[in-house]
Amino acid sequence: MNNVPQQLQYTAEHEWVRREDDGTVVIGITDHAQQQLGELVYVELPEVGRALKAGDAMAVVESTKAASDVYAPLAGAVRAVNPALTAEPELVNTDPYGAGWLVRLQASDSQLTGLLDASAYTTLLDAAD
Amino acid sequence: MGHQTPLYAEHVAAGARIVEFGGWDMPLHYGSALAEHHAVRQACGYFDVSHMTVVDVMGPDATAFLRRLLANDIARLRQPGQGLYSCMLNDAGGVVDDLIAYRTGDDRYRLIVNAATRAQDLAWLARIADRDDVVLRHRDDLLMLAIQGPAARQLVAPLLPAGLGAAALALQPFGAVLQDDVFVARTGYTGEDGFEVVLPQPAGLALWQALAAAGAQRCGLGARDTLRLEAALNLYGQDMDAGTSPLTSALAWTVAFEPADRQFRGRAALELQKTAGVSEKLIGLLLEDRGIMRHGQRVLTPAGEGVITSGGFSPTMERSIALARVPVAAVGLCQVEIRSALRAARIVRPPFVRNGRVLAE
Repeated sequence: MNNVPQQLQYTAEHEWVRREDDGTVVIGITDHAQQQLGELVYVELPEVGRALKAGDAMAVVESTKAASDVYAPLAGAVRAVNPALTAEPELVNTDPYGAGWLVRLQASDSQLTGLLDASAYTTLLDAAD
Repeated sequence: MGHQTPLYAEHVAAGARIVEFGGWDMPLHYGSALAEHHAVRQACGYFDVSHMTVVDVMGPDATAFLRRLLANDIARLRQPGQGLYSCMLNDAGGVVDDLIAYRTGDDRYRLIVNAATRAQDLAWLARIADRDDVVLRHRDDLLMLAIQGPAARQLVAPLLPAGLGAAALALQPFGAVLQDDVFVARTGYTGEDGFEVVLPQPAGLALWQALAAAGAQRCGLGARDTLRLEAALNLYGQDMDAGTSPLTSALAWTVAFEPADRQFRGRAALELQKTAGVSEKLIGLLLEDRGIMRHGQRVLTPAGEGVITSGGFSPTMERSIALARVPVAAVGLCQVEIRSALRAARIVRPPFVRNGRVLAE
């Protein structure tokens, strides 16, 4: 059963986006994505300060079996990356919407466009099953 | 949908994630490939490897046939109950497949070859045996379980039919015992001690269920791959294939050039390679930088370029390890190209891990 929190926004590539009070956005991968990947053993994150366009490969998550790109859901500059994932990549598996976050962006556009709400993302997952 | 082993329903009921492998729908893991890996290194894990191909070879010419077929010399098996690892080669000296051959009687042998190469292997055996007085019997009626780990042998023995447990415990490495239709060999593909058991379906299902009841960890192909990589056991189709020689695949030790008058398939090509000298070798790599090495990535050494044949994450060492084919002169430090970035790595002598201990640091 997939966990899809109501308050987040999503992409069809299985990233989630959370808007913070300070205007930044936090990005991670969804519970569905971590289940599909399996146990992560390595996460590669972008350099702080890097400017990303929407759709850029911004991070790599690797399981015992394979490496997968994570794409920037929107344009912006990298403000921070999750330092805990260097030692504990499995946080993405155990807490994908919390301690397993990947990147904090200063979004270029104050409007978050082109993202899915929880019900649209759930519909997408149901259609894929 | 691929082929399914008779234990497929057991895997699904146990919550396995199923993947396609060599035309078979097999369990990748039952929740955690890492936990399964550690169970084998520390205690006992068991695998359904019924996709492997079992072929019995019987008849007056069985020994002569296998001495022509195999690069290793089956005559080294002086009595029933012994086994050896070998490649079978094509005329260019390339590896058609690797296998374990057990002697099960005076004129009887059992071969266990790979699943993904089944059809071509069976055709190759039939072709080489063309004029021999032998019967080749593909035993797709049997199940095969691998029970591996330091606690495996003691855990399995009491679950075997009466009388077989004691005989199994008395086996030397690569030894095998066949009682009625239950075959037990002290072999495996993990770098740990253990047994591989080949047996009919009802008894195979009963053993599978008894292993769960005895507290062993069921394991899927994910753990099988990380275990064999740590043990530096080659995977056919990845670390060697029909285009590579055993002499460049860290398998020279499995080629029996003596006695000199034994004419085995591929011998002439290997003799030429030996005389001319080979230009490549298969070695181990430890990644010194962060990241994960993967199959197909380029290796840059001062002696020239090579390629990773198998790469991944070692759960035991908690770092990335790989097997790579590189120029023979390459030693020491090198670089691996991981997604267009060059990362520092070091050439080491495999295996990385054997019998629970890290050997390559």
